[in-house]
Amino acid sequence: MAVAFEKARAEGRAVLIGCMPAGFPTVEGSIAAMTAMVSAGVDVIEVEIPYSDPVMDGPVIQRASDIALAGGVRTADTLRIIEAVAGTGAPVVTMTYWNPIERYGVDAFARDLSAAGGTGLITPDLIPEEAGEWLAASEAYGLDRTFLVAPSSTDERLAMTVGHCRGFVYATALMGVTGARERTSDAAPTLVSRVRAVTGLPVGVGLGVGNGVQAAEVGRYADGVIVGSALIRCLLDTPDEATGLAALRTLSAELAEGVRAVQR
Amino acid sequence: MSAPTLPANAGSSPDSAGHYGRYGGRFVPEALVAALDELDLAYRTALTDESFQAEFGTMLREYANIPSLLYRAERLSAEVGARILLKREDLNHTGAHKIRNVLGQALLTKRMGKPRVIAETGAGQHGVATATAAAYLDLECVVYMGEVDTQRQALNVARMRMLGATVVPVTSGSRTLKDAMNEAMRDWVANVDRTHYIIGSTAGPHPFPAMVRDFVRGIGVEARQQSLDLDGKLPDAVAACVGGGSNALGIFHAFVPDDDVRLYGFEAGGDGVETGRHAASITGGSSGVLHGARTYVLQDEDGQTRESHSISAGLDYPGVGPEHAWLHDIGRARYAPVTDAEAMSAFQLLCRTEGIIPAIESAHALAGTLKIIPALTAELGRKPTILVNLSGRGDKDVHTAGEYFGILDGEQA
Ligand SMILES: Cc1ncc(COP(=O)(O)O)c(C=O)c1O
Repeated sequence: MAVAFEKARAEGRAVLIGCMPAGFPTVEGSIAAMTAMVSAGVDVIEVEIPYSDPVMDGPVIQRASDIALAGGVRTADTLRIIEAVAGTGAPVVTMTYWNPIERYGVDAFARDLSAAGGTGLITPDLIPEEAGEWLAASEAYGLDRTFLVAPSSTDERLAMTVGHCRGFVYATALMGVTGARERTSDAAPTLVSRVRAVTGLPVGVGLGVGNGVQAAEVGRYADGVIVGSALIRCLLDTPDEATGLAALRTLSAELAEGVRAVQR
Repeated sequence: MSAPTLPANAGSSPDSAGHYGRYGGRFVPEALVAALDELDLAYRTALTDESFQAEFGTMLREYANIPSLLYRAERLSAEVGARILLKREDLNHTGAHKIRNVLGQALLTKRMGKPRVIAETGAGQHGVATATAAAYLDLECVVYMGEVDTQRQALNVARMRMLGATVVPVTSGSRTLKDAMNEAMRDWVANVDRTHYIIGSTAGPHPFPAMVRDFVRGIGVEARQQSLDLDGKLPDAVAACVGGGSNALGIFHAFVPDDDVRLYGFEAGGDGVETGRHAASITGGSSGVLHGARTYVLQDEDGQTRESHSISAGLDYPGVGPEHAWLHDIGRARYAPVTDAEAMSAFQLLCRTEGIIPAIESAHALAGTLKIIPALTAELGRKPTILVNLSGRGDKDVHTAGEYFGILDGEQA
C-alpha cells in the first residue's frame, strides 16, 4: 500500500482507489471486475464485504451488496476474492462493517486476511474507542488500519482518530452516504488540510466522485481518490456481463486519466 | 401522586461511553459522533435541569394523561390463579408507553435548537407518537417505514399524514423495521445539523439506550409507588414484553435495586424459537453489533442480520437494547419467548375477562406471565402478585386480531 502511494507521489499524482463489493455480481464476476479495473489503471482495489445493513452506503452499493448476499457469498469467499485480486499485484484493502468481522473472530480474520495478501481494513462503523481487539490484531498481523474522519469531527477527535490510523486516512468528504454526485464536496479540501496538520499519512477522499473531471479535481488536493458507486453502477445497469465489464474498463481508464491530468 | 419527573439517579448504569458490561457503546460512522456527543451533553444537562424536568412533567401530565393508572385486574386474577396488577400505559395519549420517550426527545430537540425530527417505525406506533409530538411542539417530521409495514399498517400511515408528518416507504433490504432504521440513520448522517433522530426504543448507539430508558422509567417509578400505596409492599414479579426493550426497561428500572422483585422480559417467539421464525434476540440470538450497539442479534454464521418474525409488528425486530443483554447476562432479569399462539390466547383472555383490548405486544407480556405462575406459586408457597406492563392498546391491531380469529365480516370460516 505504502508503495502505491510513494509511486504515485513520485509521478506527481494521486492514487486511484476503486471499490467493488465481494461477490457482486457473482464470486467469479467480482474477481473479473476487479481484475479489469486493475488492468485499466486503478491503482488500489477496495473490496467491500457485503453486509445486510450497510448504513453508510447509498442505494447503488446497497443493491450490489444485496445481490451479492442473495447469491450466497460468504466471508470465506471474500477472502478468496482478495487473494485472487492481490495476485494481480495491485494492493487490496478491505472495507467492512464491523459485525461480519466480530462474528468471524477479530483475530482469526486478521490472520486470514493477512494470509490472503490483504493490506488492511477500512472500518466505516468502527471508531477507535471501540476498536481494542482490532488494534491488537492489526498489530499482531501487520495490517493497516483506516478509520474515517468527517467534516463534523472536532480537532481533538480528528487527531485521536488519525493517531490510530496506519497506511492511510479516509476523509469522508460529504456528510452523507456513498453515491456519485453531480458536484463533489466543498468541505473536502478543508478536511484534508486539517488531517495534514496532524499526520504525514496519505489521505484518501471518498464519497461522490463519478467521472474523470471529478477525479482530477479531488486528485489536486488528496493523496487517494476513492471511487465506488460510479464503478459499481457499470455492472448494475447492464444488459450482460461483457457490456458491463467494457463500461467498467472505460470508466476506470477515464478515472485513471483524471488522476494523471493534474501535476502536484 | 406528584408529577412524574426524571429521577435523580437516572442515567446511572452504563459507563461514560455507554457500555453495559460488554454491550452497548457506539458502532457508528464518525460523521455521527459529534451529534451523539451533542445529544449526550443535552440529555445529561436535562437530567439535572429543573426547568426541563418541570416542562417534561407538565407535558406528560396535562397532554399525555400520565401518570397512568395501576389497575387490579380482578376477574383476570380469579381466572389465572395469581394477583395481576396492570400498569395501564394503554390509556396514555396515542395509546402506548411510547409517548413518554417521544415527548422527552422532542423537548430535547427544541432545546438543541433543531427544527426537524426523523423517526423509524415498524407498526407505526412510534411513528404516530413522533408525528404527534412534532405537531404539538411545531417540529418538521419525517418518518421512515418499511414498505411492507406501510401496507400492513395503512391506518397508521394515514394517521401520521393527518398529523402533518411525511411518511417515506423504505424499499431496501427486507423492507421492514430494521431497514427503516438504516434509512433513518442515512438521513441523519446527511442532515445532522438541523435534525434529531428520535429512536423509538432503548436501542441504538450511546446515549440513546440510556436516554430513552430515562424518559420512560417513570413507568416503573409510578408503578412502584402505586403498588406500595395499594398493598403496602412491592409485587413479587414485574413482567413486560421486549421488542427493542423500552417498555420493559421503563417498568423494570426502578425495581432493579429491589432484589426480591423478579423481573421477566418476554420476547416474541413467533412460530416458536425452534422453527427459526421468531424475533427472540436474547433467547434465540447471539452477541453481535447492530444499529450502533453491541447486543444480542439474530444473525447467520457470517454476521448477516436475519429476518425476524412475529405477529406483533412492534416486537418484530432482530435486535434488543444493550441494557437487556446485560441484565440477562448478570441474571438480574429473566427472558423467555412467547409464541404468536400463546400471545393471541392471552389477548383474547384479557378482552373477555376485563373488557380491555391490549396491543398484541402487551399480550406477549400477559402470555408470559401466565406461563410463570405455577413455578412462582410453588417457589413462594402462596399466590403471587405480578405487575404486568400493559404497554399499549389494541386499536391498531384490530385488523390483525380479527383476521387471526377469523371474525372479520366476509372472512369467517
Ligand atoms: C404497545 C407496544 N408495546 C411494546 C412495543 C415494543 O417496543 P419496546 O420493546 O421498546 O417497548 C411497541 C412497539 O411498537 C408497542 O407499540
